[in-house]
This record gives sequence, structure tokens and C-alpha cells, in this order.
Amino acid sequence: MRGKGFKSPLHAVGFYVVVAAFVIITLFPLWWVLRLSVVDAEELAASPGAVGIPEVLFDDPKSKTDNPWLPLSYETIFADPNFKRGLTNSVIIAGFTTLFCLAIGSLAAYALARIEFFARRPVLSLVLAISFFPAVAIIAPLFLQFQGLGIINTYWAVIIPDVLIALPLTVYLLVAYFRELPKDLEEAAKVDGASTWQAFWRITIPLSLPGVVTTGLLTFIFAWNEFLFANTFTLDPTVQPATVLIPQFATIYTTDYGAQAAAAIVLTLPLVILVLLFQKKIVSGLTAGATTG
Amino acid sequence: MSVAAEAGRAQTTERAGPWSRVTREFTDPEKRTAYIMILPVLLVILLIAAWPIVYAVYLSFLRILPTVREFVGVDNYSALFTDHTFYQGLLNTTLFTVVSVVLEFALGLGIALVLNRGFVGQGALRAIAIVPWAFPTVVSGIMWRLMYQDQIGIFSYWAEQLGIISGPVLASEGSILVGAILSDVWKTTPFVALLLLAGLQVIPADVYEASRVDGATPWQQFTRITLPLLKPAILVALLFRTLDAWRVYDLFWVMSDRQLESLSTYVFKFVRISQVNLSVGNAAAVFVFLSSLLIAFLFIRFLGTRAQEA
Repeated sequence: MRGKGFKSPLHAVGFYVVVAAFVIITLFPLWWVLRLSVVDAEELAASPGAVGIPEVLFDDPKSKTDNPWLPLSYETIFADPNFKRGLTNSVIIAGFTTLFCLAIGSLAAYALARIEFFARRPVLSLVLAISFFPAVAIIAPLFLQFQGLGIINTYWAVIIPDVLIALPLTVYLLVAYFRELPKDLEEAAKVDGASTWQAFWRITIPLSLPGVVTTGLLTFIFAWNEFLFANTFTLDPTVQPATVLIPQFATIYTTDYGAQAAAAIVLTLPLVILVLLFQKKIVSGLTAGATTG
Repeated sequence: MSVAAEAGRAQTTERAGPWSRVTREFTDPEKRTAYIMILPVLLVILLIAAWPIVYAVYLSFLRILPTVREFVGVDNYSALFTDHTFYQGLLNTTLFTVVSVVLEFALGLGIALVLNRGFVGQGALRAIAIVPWAFPTVVSGIMWRLMYQDQIGIFSYWAEQLGIISGPVLASEGSILVGAILSDVWKTTPFVALLLLAGLQVIPADVYEASRVDGATPWQQFTRITLPLLKPAILVALLFRTLDAWRVYDLFWVMSDRQLESLSTYVFKFVRISQVNLSVGNAAAVFVFLSSLLIAFLFIRFLGTRAQEA
């Protein structure tokens, strides 16, 4: 079934048609929204069905707004203090979630990848079960408890449950990366008298650093995209992450579609670039995490 | 681990009764270290998942008001099962889950089968496939809502040119549901395809070779070789997608300006917006948890092989 040759020219044509359709359909919404964030109102009204490169890009930039290189829609949203605040909050929440997940997840992943012990398989299943866990099931009890602790409307109220739901991803990716490493070096170190902890910290972590970085990146994206906990446990823009703020833009910038599009682009483009840079590791990590489950 | 330690362990195992096996889990320094290493993760799961679930079940039998908490038996559940909005949420969630998972699986499998051959640009294609996965669901919801928008949206433009619809695309709850399904299919089909492709690529090529020699048709190869060997990957993909769709929240929230009800939006509304009814919302949350458990059980029961074999 695999192999270079096609059975007939017809097969080849069919194959490339499917590939082309897949690429176009996958990327089209991103392109269209990117385009919407750049065009100006007149061009948008004049050609509602256009999908090509917007003409406004060919205009003389000096005839445009104060900042000639930044389209108006982007100026609008970056002038919104809540939007900037939301981006900062997102970075803080996703950043701390990633740090906590890496700290406790790498320890567990090392034990699960390297040490034979009775609880290994039950713990792997338990961690996998958490990734199927419906987050909405625990928002009522957590809301009451966070209220009791007085941490509603703080970063903690989002970071704590985010750590829980991001952990399965972190642990499974790290288990896959740790298993890729040859055992020889750790075993040699242990013969020389190193403890399991030293083997983990001095050998496994430095050697699997690219894997740890990729895992951190994916955990960050995962936490960055989280919405339900943030929407439940934060109440005002001082702590709300961008995912919670951005749906409100539909009512704030009712007819300024360009601003809504620009906000969507700002929130996703960094993720898309990161994903494309690390795609090889991400794809193998994600599918390994799922197929070794 | 050194050879000597291995030999020593083998000896203890020979003499080991059940008790000494238990104690050895904690006396062997390496195993003890393993338990210490998994402890923080276990604590997080215990404190943030297990305990809240137990607490939620307990709370679902109480009436909770800011000042009083009293035992009311199954009152919250009877209030839930007589609430028209709850059934609306249940119906929308069920329709959304069934239709989007069936579409994503069928399309994903088709794409995976087509892509399962060496060709130039396979790496680039995988990179593209992972792009929608990286989008926050709220953002893809907003992007699709803009595309459906009746003045500037490209979909409403095409729909009007083709004469399918005139007027706003997202006008009724039914059309919002269709819109949400399309958006979800766009976002997750590539990921399903990648999962299934990974499963296809571990099937050894000589199995196909051998069956071809025995005169198997391509259809027989597909049903007798590909599908059975792909079962573990299919289980993972279906289980992931179904339970993910079953908890749909962000997409409905954004697409419909909070109008379209799902099970999760129902819980959220009662917990966060009208806290007088927190108890009923919490009962609905327990329902979501138990139904997810049932779905997982059914999938594993009917599709499960030794998928746990790592």
C-alpha cells in the first residue's frame, strides 16, 4: 500500500486533488481572517467575496494612519487596555501552569518511563483518564471551595485547575521522550554510585532537553487555550486571560469586524508559528502519547 | 540496574509471599523513589479531580443557598429532569457529538488512508494538519462566526451567490448548531487523521504483500487487515473526540452569543450566573460526569483490545 509509484495517472491525479483540497480547506479560514484584519472598510464593502491579496497592501503606506506599517484594526485593539491586560494575564496563567506541570510531571514521567513498580500501570491509566475528564463536572465544588479560600478572581483560581487538565499531556509526552533515551548512561551513572534522583537530574533531564522544551511549549498552548475555568473563576479584566476577553469583543466592536479579526489573529498567530517551528517533534509526541496510551 | 541487583531481586521473588511483595515495593530504594516521584501528580489528581467529584456528588443532595445548606434528597435531580432547558442542552449536545464525531472520523480515516504513502511534502502536510489544533476553540469560533456573518462573511456571500440561503446564516438555533459542527469538523478532522495515520504506519507492509499473494481484493484488505489492526488507534481517536465533543462549551458560547444550550453551558449558567440554582447546576454536572463515564465504558467494552499494551 505504501511506496512511491501510483497505479495509474488517474490515481496520481486523485491523490494530489485530495492533498490540495485538504491543504486549502485547512488553511482557508486562517487566510480569510488574516485578510479581514488587514483590509480597510471601503475595500471590504466594495468586494465582499474577495479572497485574494488585499489591494490596500499595495497602497502607499505613507497615505495611511499614524503608524503606516500597522493596519488600523491592529491599532484599534492594541489601543484597548483590556486587550493588552488580557494578553499579559494569559502569559502569566499559561506560564505558571506550564512551570508547575513540568516540575511535577517530569518527576512522575521519569518514574513511569524508567522504573518497574507495581503502581506504574494504574497510575498511567489514571493520568489518561484525567484527559477524558469533563472539566465542567468540578466547577461547582471548586467554585465553593475557591470562594471559601478567597481566591476567586485571582490567577490561582485558574492556574490550579489548569494544572490538573494540562498534566496528562505533559506526562504522556515526557514519558514518550524519556523512553526514547538509551538507558546505558543512567545505568553507568548508577554503577558509579549515583542515586535515581541524580540520574534523573544530571543525565535524563539534560539529554532530553529538546523533548522537555517541546512538552513545555505544548503545555503552554494547552493552558493558553483554556476557557471554561478562566470564564468561571475570573470576574473582571484585571485577571481575565485573553480567551475570556475576546468573545466580548463581538459586543464591544460590534461592526468593527476588522478589530475582531485582528484580535483573533494576535491570539493565534504566535501559536501557529511555534507549532510550525516545532512541528516534527509535536506530531510525533502527540501521536506517540495517544498510541502508547 | 546492575546484574547483581537483578539476581538478588530474582532470589527474593522466589521466596516472596504476597506480603513481602508489598513490602518490597517500599523497601527497594528504586521503587520507593518511584513512589515519591509520582506523589505530587497523585496529590494534584486527588485534590483537584477526585475530591471535587466526591464533593459534587455529596452537594447534589443538598440545597445550597448563601446562608443555608440542607439535605433535600433527590430534589435537585427531579428539578433537573423536569427542566425543559436541560433537555434542550442534552439534545443539542447529543446531536453535536454524534454528527461531528461521525464526520470527523469518516473524513479523518479517508485522509489518513490517502496520505499513507511516501510522497514529497509529507512533513509539510503534517505541519499544516496540526495548525487548527493549536487554535483556541473560542478563537476558531470567532473566526467562523465572522465567516458566517451576513454582511461581510465569506460563507454567507457564497450561500447567497449560490442561492442557498438569503439573509443571515446563523439565524436559528438549528443553523447555529450546523455552523458549530462545521467549525468543529474543520478544527479536529486533521488531528483525527494524524492519529489514524500514526496507527496505519505501524502496520507492517508485508502483511498486505502476503494477502495480495493470496488473492485478497483491496476491499478485503481494508476490512480484514487495516480495520482490525487499526483498532487501538480508532479507539483512542473516537474516545478522545466523543468525550471532547460531549463537554462542548466554548464553541456554543461564542457562536451563539450564549444562546445555544449544551450540557456544559447549562451547568455553567447555574453555577456562575444564578447562584440560587447552584444545586441544580451541580446535579447536572454530576450527570455530565456519569454520562462521560458511561460513554468511555461503552467504547472500551466494544472497541477495546489490549490497547494498554505500551
